Amino acid sequence: MKLQGYLPILVVTALLAVVPFLSNSNTLYNFMVTSLIIALAAQGWNILGGVAGQTSFGHALFFGVGCYTAAMLQFHFGINAWLAFLMALAAGAGAGFIVGFLSFRAGLRGSYFALITLAFAELMRILANASEWTGGAAGLLLKLDPGFANMQFASRASFMWLALAFVFVGLLISRAIAGSRFGAHLVAVRENEDAARALGVDVLTVKLKAISLSGAMTAAAGVLYVQNFLYIDANIGFGAWISIEALLAPLVGGRGLVLGPLIGTFTLHGLGELTKTFAGRVPGIDLMVFAVVLICVVAFASDGMLGLLRRFAPRLAKRIAL
Amino acid sequence: MQRNWKSDWIMYSPIILIEAMINGLLTGSIYALIALGLTLVYGVLHIINFAHGATLAVAMFAVWGLNIAAGIDPYLSILLLAPVFFALGYGVQRFIIGPAAGGDDGNILLITLGLSIFIENALLASFGSDTRAITSDLSFSVVELGPFLISTPRLIGFAGSLIVTVILWFVMTRTDAGKAIRAVAKEKLGASLMGINVAHVYALTFGIGCAALAVAAGLLMPSFYVNPRVGGAFVNIAFTIVVLGGMGSIPGAMIGGLLIGIVESLSGLLLGESLGQIGIFIIFILVLLLKPTGLFGAKA
Repeated sequence: MKLQGYLPILVVTALLAVVPFLSNSNTLYNFMVTSLIIALAAQGWNILGGVAGQTSFGHALFFGVGCYTAAMLQFHFGINAWLAFLMALAAGAGAGFIVGFLSFRAGLRGSYFALITLAFAELMRILANASEWTGGAAGLLLKLDPGFANMQFASRASFMWLALAFVFVGLLISRAIAGSRFGAHLVAVRENEDAARALGVDVLTVKLKAISLSGAMTAAAGVLYVQNFLYIDANIGFGAWISIEALLAPLVGGRGLVLGPLIGTFTLHGLGELTKTFAGRVPGIDLMVFAVVLICVVAFASDGMLGLLRRFAPRLAKRIAL
Repeated sequence: MQRNWKSDWIMYSPIILIEAMINGLLTGSIYALIALGLTLVYGVLHIINFAHGATLAVAMFAVWGLNIAAGIDPYLSILLLAPVFFALGYGVQRFIIGPAAGGDDGNILLITLGLSIFIENALLASFGSDTRAITSDLSFSVVELGPFLISTPRLIGFAGSLIVTVILWFVMTRTDAGKAIRAVAKEKLGASLMGINVAHVYALTFGIGCAALAVAAGLLMPSFYVNPRVGGAFVNIAFTIVVLGGMGSIPGAMIGGLLIGIVESLSGLLLGESLGQIGIFIIFILVLLLKPTGLFGAKA
């Protein structure tokens, strides 16, 4: 029974894993890799914003910390990519802890918390844009040197599988949390913080664990970005685009649900590609569609796509144990 | 870029510093006008309107468009655009935000985020990402005030902001609509029991906020530029002002706006263009962490 909860994760991962065998078109590959990177960032957001109910408007902070830790360690010190990846995870968790320690201890909730996360991300964007250490406005360019040891792959399918493996691990962690005591504490904090405290939940510690884990996971997505594009600048790493993507996907897929971020990302980006096909490559048109979807989801379907599935196909939803 | 702080301070003569402060103060008065709408909406509806900056960008494009297409002076276009934006704001609150959010604070933040993404990208789709400006003789003209050179459009902007503030103060204290708005802000249920239509008052407040943005756009355009992303920069400044002055406090927004204008101008002068914005975010974070009620806020 416990393992049944992991079955949908295995099925979804297996389905995504066969995509490179269907076609090796450049467009499809870019679509898959970008979507998987965003899905991972969104999974990080979902632990804090979805399960624990602390809406963040600034997950670009963690994405950027991941990007720059990985890029700078390799660029300035020639540190191995995998080691840099582990250090980026630690840096993401650390950034999460610091932001959480400052803002949760100050008692910031709801809109106030959302705004301060945004401010931290913007602060880092300005610093990364101005400092020489981070390459300034020109950004950092990593050397192309394919090989497993450098976390770079000559075959595009291999990189997609690596990204998928990261997403898979992220899903397993999210699922494990959902079934754990820690997960129950997170939901308690989301539903009613004061009641949770009254029942003996150490609210601050629970929130700090959530934001650190969330930061590490979103930082991992940043590392993937750097390893794929081998380039980073402040507007990519700490830009508002990834804060918005990381927040939209879980909301659209199903806030707080394990598969929500992944399903949301593919729904949104699938829609985005469709719009571009029909409406031509007008800049911003895909984001206009995203915004309409967001407003509709918030207004009519607070549990997103998975919530709709539950409502309209309860049997199917039950069978795949959502 | 290594900087020698000591020599920087010596390099700037008091005249340049004071001039920067005066210009910052004048720009700050327009910021205050932008923040006024945000804080008014917060004070009455208790929501943070994330689409405030995007709405300003629309207003700035409207001012620019009227000038390019019909040759209408930016200051004159205010008379046309303020009523239009009032109606627009009224409609958006009454028919989109109000019904869609269902009264939940977190939802409203997300709905207005959705609106801002939509507006910003609709502007991008229709106008492209180019930066546009209205240049006239006025844009670069200066007034000599003793030893200081003050930009004329900023001086006009300051006067305009003052006039709007006085009008708003008059509306809030001397008219029935203002009384209804204050009643709803204080006690929503009580006001509705006294026969005040709360949904109408909410939309009215939102409309006033949007009209203030139209005025700000008209005052800004002669000395500023517009592109689809300009709203993001202003929304950050406006949030900082509102938090600094105290969420929902109108005098707080005025004083906060002037302060932030000075801070921005000085940090831009001392730290340079790209690093200069940092002062605003540091103030924002510090106020939220240390005194979330701001200078004039009642309670968090």
